[in-house]
Amino acid sequence: MSGAGTFTIDGRAIPFSEGDTIMEAATAAGVYIPHLCHQPGFKPHGSCKLCTVSINGRNGAACTVRAQEGMTVLNDTPELNDSRRALTEMLFVEGNHTCPACEKSGECQLQAVGYFVGMMTPRFDHFFPARDLDASHPEVLLDRNRCILCELCVRASREMDGKSVFAIGGRGIRARLIVNSPSGLLGDTNLSARDKAVEVCPVGAILVKRRAYETPIGQRRYDRRPISEVSLADARALREKDHG
Amino acid sequence: MPANPTISEAVARSVARHGGRASQLVQILREVQAELQCIPAGALDELARSLSIPRVRVESAASFYHFFHAQSHGTYEILFSDNIIDQMLGKREMMQYLCKLLWVQPGKLSEDGLLYVESTSDIGMGDQAPAALVNGIALPSLDENRLELVAGLIREKKPLAQWPQMLFEVSDNVRQEGPLLGETFEPGSALRKVLDRGAEATLAELDASNLRGRGGAGFKTAIKWAACRRSRGEDKHVVCNADEGEPGTFKDRVLLQSHADLVFEGMTVAAKVIGARHGMVYLRGEYLYLRERLEAVLARRRKAGLLGSGILGETGFDFDIEIHLGAGAYICGEESALIESLEGNPGKPRNRPPYPDTYGYLGKPTDVNNVETFACAAKIALHGGAWFAALGTPASTGTKLMSVSGDVKRPGVYEYPFGVTVKQILSDCGAGNAQAVQVGGPSGTCVSWREFDRRICFEDVPTAGAFMVFSRERDMFEVARNFAHFFARESCGFCTPCRVGTSLLRNHMDKLAAGKGSAYDMVQMKRLMHIMLTMSHCGLGHTAANPVVQTMEKFPDAYERRLKNLDFEPAFDLDGALQTARLITGRDDDWAHIVTGQP
Repeated sequence: MSGAGTFTIDGRAIPFSEGDTIMEAATAAGVYIPHLCHQPGFKPHGSCKLCTVSINGRNGAACTVRAQEGMTVLNDTPELNDSRRALTEMLFVEGNHTCPACEKSGECQLQAVGYFVGMMTPRFDHFFPARDLDASHPEVLLDRNRCILCELCVRASREMDGKSVFAIGGRGIRARLIVNSPSGLLGDTNLSARDKAVEVCPVGAILVKRRAYETPIGQRRYDRRPISEVSLADARALREKDHG
Repeated sequence: MPANPTISEAVARSVARHGGRASQLVQILREVQAELQCIPAGALDELARSLSIPRVRVESAASFYHFFHAQSHGTYEILFSDNIIDQMLGKREMMQYLCKLLWVQPGKLSEDGLLYVESTSDIGMGDQAPAALVNGIALPSLDENRLELVAGLIREKKPLAQWPQMLFEVSDNVRQEGPLLGETFEPGSALRKVLDRGAEATLAELDASNLRGRGGAGFKTAIKWAACRRSRGEDKHVVCNADEGEPGTFKDRVLLQSHADLVFEGMTVAAKVIGARHGMVYLRGEYLYLRERLEAVLARRRKAGLLGSGILGETGFDFDIEIHLGAGAYICGEESALIESLEGNPGKPRNRPPYPDTYGYLGKPTDVNNVETFACAAKIALHGGAWFAALGTPASTGTKLMSVSGDVKRPGVYEYPFGVTVKQILSDCGAGNAQAVQVGGPSGTCVSWREFDRRICFEDVPTAGAFMVFSRERDMFEVARNFAHFFARESCGFCTPCRVGTSLLRNHMDKLAAGKGSAYDMVQMKRLMHIMLTMSHCGLGHTAANPVVQTMEKFPDAYERRLKNLDFEPAFDLDGALQTARLITGRDDDWAHIVTGQP
């Protein structure tokens, strides 16, 4: 439709190939746009809204909107960054996130994005919802307190693992991660600790048991470098693997 | 463990009735629940097996819609409509009265398993409020006498079929007629014109009419139809959006109840123009009572050669319409969420593009229009585009049906040419001392008494037709709070800003209502509004803060009154919270206290 071409992000020219989303083109060009429900290699989803950018004056999710020739995209603006901070705060207050006590600390994308957007404390009232923890699976722990409803596990299980272990049940603020078994327990599903659905969880909701402290705190992915750098490096490595 | 035979039978019957198609899941869930009084876990297993889909997919649909429940709601489930209009006209008192008569608590199944009473979002009976649904069927114009009758019938365990018909009589309450409601329409007359004129020329008439969608957004109908006509493929669909969920709106109810031929004819005209063979009406679950008569109209039309194959004798003109029922979800009024629901999924709006004209129902080109839009299209096919364009204003042609309710003498449906002033409608419906009108429902515009000269049209105050009137005795803060609760209840939960934002906003409003509000809450609410407006996925999130924003601007007193007594102190007792620390440190000096007014 639009072929290959260029558009701009914050005034910088970004090349793109036909069919690229703004997110894909930006990442390839070394521009980080904060995101949580997006991962390279996954179909665009667009639910966390952190990657919202201004496209020719109108807001849209960079992970779902396709790049077009001559588009003017704004990403790093005070207003957008402030809104992203607010969205991150919203994710913190709707669940029960206890970074200092969480096994995922330092490897968690929610925490890392919190640092990146400059979140000091959630300025909204906490909901402190009662959410279930499911330890029924021999190898995998499911802690819904930390789930941010990004549906990465849902998509990975359905499209990559071919299992459909996960889905979102309920609606609105009561939406929750549900699993594919009559008992509703993870232990009664065919999930394996090696499934993509487990690996892809950006937060501490789906954890492989007995591996939580293999890497000491302080030496973890986002302890050493900010998520903006790690995310771009990961995407680069993935591209090299695909083309190499 | 062998499955419960009753469950298996109910599931098997319903699945067979729908040809084992998973896309019929919402319809199947409705039928299963009607038989079993709930959708038990065992039914989810059976459905997954017999439809060959993952159990989570069944569970995610079954847990999304308000009208589905895993535990029994008894022989009689009574849901009271909870819009602000119902509340103003005595909903709370009526609900309490019924609960007292039958010794039940809201939200709790009676101990004998007979009755369940709860609230639900607006059921489209604002002109005969307070109203409720019993087992999904509307019970309008409730008062103490009627509730005593209902309580007696429930005590006697009388089946609904034996209840007096007068309890279920829904009046049209048409107060002012125009070309849409006033003229008698001969079924088939518009289609004959279309066959004479041809599809291309009919589209040209529609274009000349400048008809814009009546569902609220006001997109030009001819552009939608033309795009769908251009889309490749044999398999195209026409969908009528009869999910009239915007609180305060009930004009589609009247069209479907008394002018269904006009609506179906409009759909058939659309089918001819875009080349579709299959039509669907997405009827909101709250309008279940209309289903039988709509089926009867469809049957009559089939008999008359106005539906089916070879319509009006024209070879190749094949089109038929089926009715899909919703299950309690305001979000399904959004066209892509509606399509998801038609496919048997939770009603969550899709990412767009692609738009339904290329990728709609089951991935096929689909035209989705509002009930009133199809009715207008039939009239345009009959009388021509120029006739229609002569009515209304240049940018808003034709007439508009307004659903008028609230503090008025004559609630009901009024048909006006676009451009009518708010003042005119208020005078016609007998609104003596109005202070504000909520035009277009909670997602629309709050028009205060200072602005009653404003006009109903896309250029000024656009609307899908709700017109809720509030007298000077009403508290506009409570109006906004009711709407904030509505949006928190109806957010689909897909995107962060709407899922969390609507609940945060509701909590702030409740905090203010409890007398614990501070200036900080006002600042936070304004911040939330900005984020919801600019970051949300669909119209629900974009507009969910509107009622609060607008009442804050137009009726600041209603808010400030709630803050004054507090001296802007936080509700939380900060100094009191330091008491433990003072005891531990043994300090009690000035610096160990927080005193209001000091830095």
